[in-house]
Amino acid sequence: MSQVKTAKGFWPGFNQRKFLDDWVMLLAALSIFVLSALFIDNFLSPLNMRGLGLAISTVGIAACTMLFCLASGHFDLSVGSVIACAGVVAGIVIRDTDSVVLGVSAALAMGLVVGLINGIVIAKLRINALIATLATMQIVRGLAYIFSSGKAVGVMDERFFVFGNGQLLGVPVPIIITVLCFVFFGWLLNYTTYGRNTMAIGGNQEAALLAGVNVDRTKIIIFAVHGLIGALAGVILASRMTSGQPMIGQGFELTVISACVLGGVSLSGGIGMIRHVIAGVLILAIIENAMNLKNIDTFYQYVIRGSILLLAVIIDRMKQR
Amino acid sequence: MTGAALRFNGIGKEFPGVKALAQISFEARPHSVHALMGENGAGKSTLLKILGGAYIPSSGTVQIGEQTMDFKSAADSIANGVAVIHQELHLVPEMTVAENLFLGHLPSRFGVVNGGLLRKQALACLKGLADEIDPQEKLGRLSLGQRQLVEIAKALSRGAHVIAFDEPTSSLSAREIDRLMAIITRLRDEGKVVLYVSHRMEEVFRICDAVTVFKDGRFVRTFDDMATLTHDQLVTCMVGRDIQDIYDYRPRERGQVALKVEGLLGPGLREAVSLKVHKGEILGLFGLVGAGRTELFRLLSGLTRSTAGQLQLFGENLHLRSPRDAIDAGVLLCPEDRKKEGIIPLSSVAENINISARGAHSSFGWLLREGWEKGNADQQIKAMKVKTPNAEQKIMYLSGGNQQKAILGRWLSMPMKVLLLDEPTRGIDIGAKSEIYQIIHNLAASGIAVIVVSSDLMEVMGISDRILVMSEGVLTGELNRDQADEAQLLQLALPRTRA
Repeated sequence: MSQVKTAKGFWPGFNQRKFLDDWVMLLAALSIFVLSALFIDNFLSPLNMRGLGLAISTVGIAACTMLFCLASGHFDLSVGSVIACAGVVAGIVIRDTDSVVLGVSAALAMGLVVGLINGIVIAKLRINALIATLATMQIVRGLAYIFSSGKAVGVMDERFFVFGNGQLLGVPVPIIITVLCFVFFGWLLNYTTYGRNTMAIGGNQEAALLAGVNVDRTKIIIFAVHGLIGALAGVILASRMTSGQPMIGQGFELTVISACVLGGVSLSGGIGMIRHVIAGVLILAIIENAMNLKNIDTFYQYVIRGSILLLAVIIDRMKQR
Repeated sequence: MTGAALRFNGIGKEFPGVKALAQISFEARPHSVHALMGENGAGKSTLLKILGGAYIPSSGTVQIGEQTMDFKSAADSIANGVAVIHQELHLVPEMTVAENLFLGHLPSRFGVVNGGLLRKQALACLKGLADEIDPQEKLGRLSLGQRQLVEIAKALSRGAHVIAFDEPTSSLSAREIDRLMAIITRLRDEGKVVLYVSHRMEEVFRICDAVTVFKDGRFVRTFDDMATLTHDQLVTCMVGRDIQDIYDYRPRERGQVALKVEGLLGPGLREAVSLKVHKGEILGLFGLVGAGRTELFRLLSGLTRSTAGQLQLFGENLHLRSPRDAIDAGVLLCPEDRKKEGIIPLSSVAENINISARGAHSSFGWLLREGWEKGNADQQIKAMKVKTPNAEQKIMYLSGGNQQKAILGRWLSMPMKVLLLDEPTRGIDIGAKSEIYQIIHNLAASGIAVIVVSSDLMEVMGISDRILVMSEGVLTGELNRDQADEAQLLQLALPRTRA
């Protein structure tokens, strides 16, 4: 337990600790960006910036709703499989019906259903989220392989490519969607009863229930929305690659959770802000990008990424003392 | 070390925002049973936790004989011959008695447990204490009294010469109590230092050789001549002032029946419960731990489902499927365990106050209105006199009393008809206590029906208009304010199955 710290920082009304908690990781992301820009050739080149933006987009979109899962004290391992399956479903339906709208809708519906199942199993049947989503992760991955017979499903319809390769005022569409997600889910978390109830459940589920929060329904919505948004990320990825690939996104769920935790979202629930997510996603993506530009061996990249994550959670732990 | 006295020298302990203990100094001698008494929250348990190494004191020292102790952990304390027998026993129900006795140092060779030796040592341990217990039995199958004996045997096997009991009789039957008393007397005669924390006057007068009284975390005085000490003297010393003026009771107008419970059955209730509480009335619900009071509240607040019976609120039937149903009907619960069931520790005070009422004050039921959020939080903080630097402070940093006031503020943001308070002042310092009593009185005076569950006899008698008593899941009696006396209430609250 730490002592009460109040307005006694540099100037009145300034809460040093709160400022640190809120902004330190975003500042860290910014410093890493500036350092990379200064010391790595071509880092700021339009081509690289574009690549960096696209790298952020898939993780960033999925991380927005993973934030809600984590904030409520749970997590979702099935998101990587949902991404792959959504691409496959979209590809198959577009191939068979020639309708982009139907294809995308089918993919999103699939994500929603998987999310609903996760939510119901976790909230109503009280199954641990780790086990429940570990199971759906494998089921959905299997379905992706079954639907596609294990091969990439190519898409010819150019209207589909707008999600991944389109541009608006020179900005790639995936980046625009990612930014919109950050804004929307940040708003949802802070300014709606749904968002506040999510935090309350993660902070103390028993107390939230006794305070009249509909805990089960809120949890089901959290997972359903996460499934839906995971599928959206999958559609965008498939569009970028012009095909739905059943093997894509292995280990993606762990990248998303790492990004959130790296940014400061608590794994045990009750603590989390959209700026944590933005910071975590940025840090991971910039470091990866920098390592690629520096031609660092992939094997070493794993070690470095893992070390950064470990360091981040240790720092977080120490901050709480 | 047997024969050495236990001394506390100026012990103090502070938590954020709370001074739990200050300047505690006294001596407990060998060959004596030394009682610690005081109201709830007086600091007895905190002192035992310091003795047991669970807390490190902010100031002062513990001394055994000539040696100054520096307990950094429970292991330190055990190694120095101290054993604290807590209310919740620290045993593993799924393991056998013998394994529990030697947990952490099982007799073994190359890591393989020597079963025969274990059994022999366990039998030796239990001999004379509880000969009837089979060391091979799973601990979970023993009665609570037997488990306590196992805990004592464990302490003795580790060479304890200072043994502290925290409310050891709270869930024992009369026969088990007699047996425990005999064992404690024997420990005393063997020259051990025995500390005995209890609320029960008759036990203290029966076996103790000295009494130290605590109040609000401070040492009041030690009586060491039990023969001349009277019951009244002890009570006056514990309460420290005229009881009436903390509770500030004022007679009120009693209105129509607000909540009527008929034939209610459900988890934790052994017989059907029927009761009524009127508008403007404060109904006390007294009982010992495990009497079923909290379980009754869980039924009334929609947290558990009843299996039979009926609830009526102002004549209308009430069906509760979830806490939300109860809240919408205006039946509001302040739970017993504030930390576990009341507050959301990481969230702000404002968040904790607004959580229940905000749905009704949001656009379309889910878009928060900033104006209302801020206005309501500030208003309740002011009305309840919650001491917090601002509404954005995390509620975990507030003291227990202020957390309780914030939860009351949460309910005052709602239309309230019936208020259920489960141990509303447990662990709260005396100043905040009287403020909370004031709030309860004002609520009742404004026409709210209040039910207060408490195991604090003084509190129940001090604030209630009428008192119901529960024991072992059964409603055992009803007394009006002017009829109620301590002995009678206790009589009704004690388990009936006793020999």
